[in-house]
Amino acid sequence: MSPVSRGFRGRRRDDADASRVPPGQYVTDDFPVLSAGPTPYHSLDSWSFTIRGEVDRERTWSWEEFVALPSETVTVDIHCVTKWSKLDTVWTGVSLDTLLDGVETSAEYVLAFSDGGYTTNLPLEDLQDRKAWIAFEFDGEPLEAEHGGPARLVVPHLYFWKSAKWVRGLELRAEDEPGFWEGYGYHNYGDPWQEQRYAGD
Amino acid sequence: MAGTALRGRLSWAQARVVELLDETEQVRSIVLEVPGWPGHRAGQHVDVRLTAEDGYQAQRSYSIASAPEDVDVVLTVERLDDGEVSPYLAGELRVGDELELRGPIGGYFVWEYTLGGPLLLVGGGSGIVPLRAMLRHHSAVRSSVPVRLLYSARTLGGVIYRDELERLGGGLIDVRITLTREHPDGWQGHTGRIDRSWLADASWPPEGRSLTYVCGPTGLVESVATALVELGHEPARIKTERFGPT
Repeated sequence: MSPVSRGFRGRRRDDADASRVPPGQYVTDDFPVLSAGPTPYHSLDSWSFTIRGEVDRERTWSWEEFVALPSETVTVDIHCVTKWSKLDTVWTGVSLDTLLDGVETSAEYVLAFSDGGYTTNLPLEDLQDRKAWIAFEFDGEPLEAEHGGPARLVVPHLYFWKSAKWVRGLELRAEDEPGFWEGYGYHNYGDPWQEQRYAGD
Repeated sequence: MAGTALRGRLSWAQARVVELLDETEQVRSIVLEVPGWPGHRAGQHVDVRLTAEDGYQAQRSYSIASAPEDVDVVLTVERLDDGEVSPYLAGELRVGDELELRGPIGGYFVWEYTLGGPLLLVGGGSGIVPLRAMLRHHSAVRSSVPVRLLYSARTLGGVIYRDELERLGGGLIDVRITLTREHPDGWQGHTGRIDRSWLADASWPPEGRSLTYVCGPTGLVESVATALVELGHEPARIKTERFGPT
């Protein structure tokens, strides 16, 4: 039971549906940027997306091939571990179901990897069944580099550090391996509704 | 890179406010006594949780402004008038009040003397806070690493830790301040934003593999980090942290 903070009333928003805001989060209309290092800028000519690791064969798409895949536009709520949530964000991208279609694997885990060296780990099943996308548009516009463009992973049901910016591929793995923030004490799974911010939560 | 995992659960602690210091008109330092504080490294942050009488809670993250060697834990908070938590922390809070706090959190945007240098610290506004913890750590351990601090504030009155920075400056710590909005007559420092030409002049030669920490609003962090990469600095040796609205 938390003690009352003398004189604190808080400023609850009445325009946001409380049932959509996980514990400890507040709703923002901004789109804050959080990255551990410089934003990488690369030509799309040298961009590719790769699925590798414990797979029957490695798959790679060039940018042209990637954006020619069937894409979809989804409206989702996103939750950052730094406490902000943003409701009804609109992303266009390729579903992981499309990318994983036909991939034969016994792997249960994924390590997503990005330009700049960022990684994050997730169970494979959290990328399946319309739960995750590789998005290249935000609000109908090409995704800006500072928000992870040209393409980022979007896994809205987990804290947003799992939605790796500048993503370049997935490594399917038999064993789980902590990614970048997970190695610095952030929660291995990161369910915002369970408030799994840090290891042990 | 080797991660430093936090062990066990980070539990909420009751911190008591022992002193409040006005740093500028908008910025206040909160000196906290935290029983059982496990210690921290310069650059880490904490989560603060406030509870209203009806049970409503709000949480925010704040950088730690004190060095690991300091006795108390200090947070420095900028009051954002349309914010929910910062007007309370930097306005309503009184000595003797208690706060719930947990941490330390984050292990990447961290400098300790064993990491060496030379060190380039670039801060904008309240982005100076974690960099100040690094400077205090540097001085507490009498580090021999040369440091340059480039600090951008809107006005001279908005320079956080001004007296302390003046004291720390000189010797191994080279403090350079730029004022972006207005500056007093006779101001000898820089004016205007931290731009590429100033960075070219003030950053360490890239071949020296300096370590850089940039903290501030997104626009500043993006432009500084991008310029440093263009100037030949290794991206992996540029660590960034952004301040969002609170």
